[in-house]
Amino acid sequence: MTKKLLIIATLVALIGGFIFATSWYRGTEAERVETIADESTNVLVPRHAMTLGPEGAKVTLVEFFDPACETCAVFHQPVKELMAQYPERLRLVLRYAPFHQGSDRVAKMLEAARLQGKYWEALEVMFATQRRWASHHNPQPELLWELLPAAGLELDMERMRQDFAGFEIDSIVKKDVEDAATLGIRKTPGFLVNGRPLPSFGLSQLHQLVAEEIAANYSD
Amino acid sequence: MNTTDPGIDRDWLLLFCAWLISTLAALGSLFFSEVMEFAPCSLCWYQRIFMYPLVIVLAIGLFPVDRGAVRFGLPLAIGGWLVAAYHLLLYEGVVPESASPCRQGVSCKEEYIEVLGLLSIPALSLLAFTTVVGLLLVLQRKLRT
Repeated sequence: MTKKLLIIATLVALIGGFIFATSWYRGTEAERVETIADESTNVLVPRHAMTLGPEGAKVTLVEFFDPACETCAVFHQPVKELMAQYPERLRLVLRYAPFHQGSDRVAKMLEAARLQGKYWEALEVMFATQRRWASHHNPQPELLWELLPAAGLELDMERMRQDFAGFEIDSIVKKDVEDAATLGIRKTPGFLVNGRPLPSFGLSQLHQLVAEEIAANYSD
Repeated sequence: MNTTDPGIDRDWLLLFCAWLISTLAALGSLFFSEVMEFAPCSLCWYQRIFMYPLVIVLAIGLFPVDRGAVRFGLPLAIGGWLVAAYHLLLYEGVVPESASPCRQGVSCKEEYIEVLGLLSIPALSLLAFTTVVGLLLVLQRKLRT
């Protein structure tokens, strides 16, 4: 009997310790990220970042995403719906965390499309055709050079290729990758609401965190 | 031979310690990958393949203390020890990087900056496997006599 008790007590202690350590680690990590976000807004929302929603919104949702990441594609629509829920109070900032092989090139294409005012359209096409160009065994981001015009986007492809190869776009993507590392983003999509990371990953957790920040920043 | 619970003796305690260490190591590795989100490299995976079954095999061997626990546990522990030793040599730069199978893996970086006090992750792994192998060898000798 004592043996079984000893084993059970040990297991309970170990699992309890694991849970405690997890919440402790997440807490300190969240604090660290919030401090960085508070101290330098340039790390969280640099001037070059693509945004959606009012400039003066008191709640900023930063999403680090990878164009080749399936979960990011799945989250695209729900995030837009979340934005629609708080049209005056929430601002979305999209940043790149191109963890998949070759997806930094896709991020650069997206920036090149942005210079022609077609960022959101290009993003839609990229997510919609993700299966074709972002296969894990054989990623072919080059396909997008044909897929984008094929989808009816009126892009000056020659200009786009020039911008794509330029220094400015390259440094934008590099800065995003650096900041993702600084802010502890290791999976995509990575969300930060006013600099606060999600306690655990999920759409409902995102909704809740946004609602908390809205409540904290708007009195009604 | 005792029919009912013979109480905690030294054999049981040895095996219990081996189980405790492998369980701690298993949970620790999960903490690194799931909570701290370090991507495990290919060598880490091989060590996990040897460590995780030990948690189950040794636990079953505890009721009652069974020579089978040593028979099944020892090859696992030795296999893991070999991988961990190779990993540590690679990590410390004794084995040249070009010999590293890590390089081909997608999510594998050859340097894990994370150090707990003085110990790197491969050193922790080697320590755990060494202790388990040691405890099982002692138990094997005791069970033979």
